[in-house]
Amino acid sequence: MKPVAARIRAVPAAMLAATLALAGCAAAPSKDDPFEPMNRAMFEVNDVLDGNIVKPVAELYVAAVPQLVRTGIENVFNNIDDFFSGINGLLQGKTEKAGNDFGRVLLNTVCVLGLFDVASDLGIPRGNEDFGQTFAVWGFPQGPYLFVPLFGPTTVRDGTGVLVRVYAGPVGFIPYVPLRNSIYGLGYVDLRAQALDAGEVVNTGALDRYLFIRNAYLQRRRYLVYDGNPPPAIEELEEPE
Amino acid sequence: MMKAIARPVAWAAISLAALAAAPAFAQEAPDALVKRVSQDTLTTIRSDPLVQAGDQAHIRDLIEVKLAPHFDFTRMTALAMGRNWRNATPEQQKQLADGFRALLVRTYSGALNQYRNETIEYKALKMNPDDTEVTVRTQVTKTSGSPVQIDYSMEKTPEGWKAYDVVVAGVSLVTNYRDEFNAQIKSGGIDGLIKTLNDRNKGAPAK
Repeated sequence: MKPVAARIRAVPAAMLAATLALAGCAAAPSKDDPFEPMNRAMFEVNDVLDGNIVKPVAELYVAAVPQLVRTGIENVFNNIDDFFSGINGLLQGKTEKAGNDFGRVLLNTVCVLGLFDVASDLGIPRGNEDFGQTFAVWGFPQGPYLFVPLFGPTTVRDGTGVLVRVYAGPVGFIPYVPLRNSIYGLGYVDLRAQALDAGEVVNTGALDRYLFIRNAYLQRRRYLVYDGNPPPAIEELEEPE
Repeated sequence: MMKAIARPVAWAAISLAALAAAPAFAQEAPDALVKRVSQDTLTTIRSDPLVQAGDQAHIRDLIEVKLAPHFDFTRMTALAMGRNWRNATPEQQKQLADGFRALLVRTYSGALNQYRNETIEYKALKMNPDDTEVTVRTQVTKTSGSPVQIDYSMEKTPEGWKAYDVVVAGVSLVTNYRDEFNAQIKSGGIDGLIKTLNDRNKGAPAK
């Protein structure tokens, strides 16, 4: 599960700073999530904002915009992500992955302006690398888990990665502010729309949605850092006798 | 004379042995099982008008018949419980496994009609003939978005291979419930967890 707003560019900086400052005074219930009480409060804030504004907008978007158009928009954003995946592949020394990513960008951009994903049809896999993973490979610790309203689950390491990505562009370089903000908005709604189905699964399946999302997020990130082959967790699944 | 008797006896013994071994040989390989069950379910989803209409009771029946028999819910529950499993009485263990099973079936029923145009690719299975635990890897490709890896952790049982965990895009179902189960037990004991599971299955919203 991707943080809902891996693509929002402007908001998180201030938000992260505020979160970190607030976090200092909380109890420490879990190794990964020392700020759980504060995070849970933020989770509730997010529920209100998401339930009343973001989710309805995302649902409207799905209802109003045909699937073909939505897929095209998703592909354009993915194409940009693939470029940064390539950069991060290089930063981690994964040249084959980086080659795939840059090949994908070249192919998808030149052939179809990024609107279709012809590279996937040809069997060139996405690298799915990002700055958060690069920091992990470089040995930076994960840092505390954070739940940021309107942004979703992250960690200090991943959140920093997203900030780097935000400042690296390319949308941030668009000088005409209304257009830039519209693109941010579209990317945000598109991502939220993609998470609608997963949200339903969480609503039905979770006993405690906060924990369900935290676990899923941390597992997913670990899986990505290890390129799909994570070593067994330290606390191994205990077998019944 | 002895020879005349010995031969049929030997043959009988051999055929008995063969009979006893037959289920083991005839047992469907884990990857073949996953493929058969998945394809069968996909075909049904695509063609069954009641599924497409979102008839939850019907979808639940379908899951009970087609999918549930291939899962070891007791082991899934035990793994999600971790060391707390041993502190539960056999009666509690049964209630936990039943409650968890119902929750998973409910959740899956809700998610099932999201599937339609997906195609599933089955990865080659790495397995030795005497393995009793394997991971069957698949990749689900949707009409849009990145493909999703779905892996099944499977064990060999007398009734055939059964799944005891599903790992979706790196997220293990069993591991994901571990903290939730722990938190429930910490605040309300094992009976508290049983109650929460039952309440959720009756439709109470998640915390």
